[in-house]
Amino acid sequence: MKKPYAFEVKDVAKYYDGGKVKALDGVTLQAEQGKIFGLLGPNGAGKTTIVRMLSTLLSPTRGTAKVLGIDVDKEPNKVREIIGLAGQYAAVDEFLTGRENIYMSGRLYHLGHAEAKKRTADILERLQLTDAADRQVKTYSGGMRRRLDLGASLIGQPKILFLDEPTTGLDPRTRLDLWNIIRDLVAGGTTILLTTQYLEEADELADHIAVIDHGKVIAEGTSDQLKARLGGDVVEFQLAHKRDLATALKAVASHAKKEPTIDEDGLTITVPVKDGSRSLMAVVGALNTAKIIPTSLSLHRPSLDDVFLALTGKKTQTSEDAASSASKKGKK
Amino acid sequence: MSMSKQIRNEISDTVVITRRNLYRYIRLPQLVFFSSIQPIMFLTLFNFVFGGAIGNGTAIPGGKYINYLLPGILAQTMLFGGLQTGIGLAEDMGKGIIDRFRSLPMSRSAVMAGRTLSDMVRNLTVAGIMLTVGTLLGFRFQNGFINAIGMIGILLLFSFAFSWVAAFLGMSVGDAETAQLASFVIVFPLTFASAAFVPIQTMPSWLQVFARNQPVTHLVQAARELALGVPSNGAIWKSAVWSLAILSIFVPLAIARYRSRAV
Repeated sequence: MKKPYAFEVKDVAKYYDGGKVKALDGVTLQAEQGKIFGLLGPNGAGKTTIVRMLSTLLSPTRGTAKVLGIDVDKEPNKVREIIGLAGQYAAVDEFLTGRENIYMSGRLYHLGHAEAKKRTADILERLQLTDAADRQVKTYSGGMRRRLDLGASLIGQPKILFLDEPTTGLDPRTRLDLWNIIRDLVAGGTTILLTTQYLEEADELADHIAVIDHGKVIAEGTSDQLKARLGGDVVEFQLAHKRDLATALKAVASHAKKEPTIDEDGLTITVPVKDGSRSLMAVVGALNTAKIIPTSLSLHRPSLDDVFLALTGKKTQTSEDAASSASKKGKK
Repeated sequence: MSMSKQIRNEISDTVVITRRNLYRYIRLPQLVFFSSIQPIMFLTLFNFVFGGAIGNGTAIPGGKYINYLLPGILAQTMLFGGLQTGIGLAEDMGKGIIDRFRSLPMSRSAVMAGRTLSDMVRNLTVAGIMLTVGTLLGFRFQNGFINAIGMIGILLLFSFAFSWVAAFLGMSVGDAETAQLASFVIVFPLTFASAAFVPIQTMPSWLQVFARNQPVTHLVQAARELALGVPSNGAIWKSAVWSLAILSIFVPLAIARYRSRAV
């Protein structure tokens, strides 16, 4: 028999107010086991709604949701046995210590005292919370709370882990720490559904990405596939003088795969090319022959940022502000 | 899953949640302290302000207004304490903790059973503090030890019942502030239009009809009978029946509200 999907949603919709508000409007997704499935989209796109459905918190208006082949709506308790949920709000208890929080979750998964205690100690160690384990959570930083929240969702050793924007609002270093923890979990065989509004995060972590906007999936594939939809590599250079524009365009014309585009400043030219660095060399040669020395020159592949922009007509949020990310585009 | 294992899990989950809630009270003793201050204020003010007007001596066993007043204030405190359950649940909901519990393979009733039980423990503590202060102000049980325990029992049963009303309200409104406002709307008419502070005969006749037949009056009269030996015309039974009736309606309603995933 074919291995069941880690999770699967078929044409699910969630309407509120008698259909006036469509949180989800016919979404179909399938995730293979043992991978990270990235659900990427802006605020309000419907990411959390999908997570809440798969984690038994919400019934769909229409369609079916399954986790490891088990229908979430028909057998929610069976699903709860095999999933873990960690959200953006760090649902941990302020008045309990870190250790008590994880242990409590363990007892609610009906582990015995000894087993819950042992697993709690392991998880605290793995999430580097051992030193703070016996302090009340109200003394924890935001990053520690997120890790603890994740820890509490791990105690049942879930086969499928739902991480709803686990790094939203975290500083870059703490985010990197969490990324490493997430990679370790997948290496250990867990399937993860990760929702994020950060492109770098989906790019870095997810094996498969679904882009969602206004309750609908607007694109799906690996990070490379999504980028390829934008037509691959581009060479971008900037001229010192506007008068060189016509000469420059003529010089590079034979190396361009598609019509080059010119920025509003009339100085920056973007040339879609076929062949990465080889094309870059050719462009450099052609400009040199035409005696044009650009003030800057670079080769880059489209980022998910570009993909998102192309698909939705709007930028997603990045960890830094939009302006600095736009200037850094593609320099990864 | 076998029936006995299921029952064992229900109990174990409820114990885990009760303990979790009690930790909060133990580690934040000011919570219990401040939930006692208001009733102590009522007790002291009413005793000295109304005591003279209503008169010591007359028909009150032990001859002091405080003997009449304390069971009344205790009833009010139990009602108010019970309603706190809604605020606690709404807070947990707001923080996403209820979502975590809902996603766990745990019993569907434990979150609310644990909350109402821990609130009952808190109410018992507050009642103990009030009895101590009342005793300092001159309150004395007139009807023996067993009946004194009975009074605490009937009061706690009532607070437990209202905890479930509040659990239902709290899960329905899902917002701590609204839950708090809703409690005030319930507490004030029920306690002031009752026999808690003044004899019902002094009220206008339209109000007397309500005051005589509502659960807080039965509770207050039951508490007075048990504490002081004032015959109450079956108020003990009436109060117990009220509490059980409230439980039989609101326990299933609250659990259904918790289970409901259509929100």
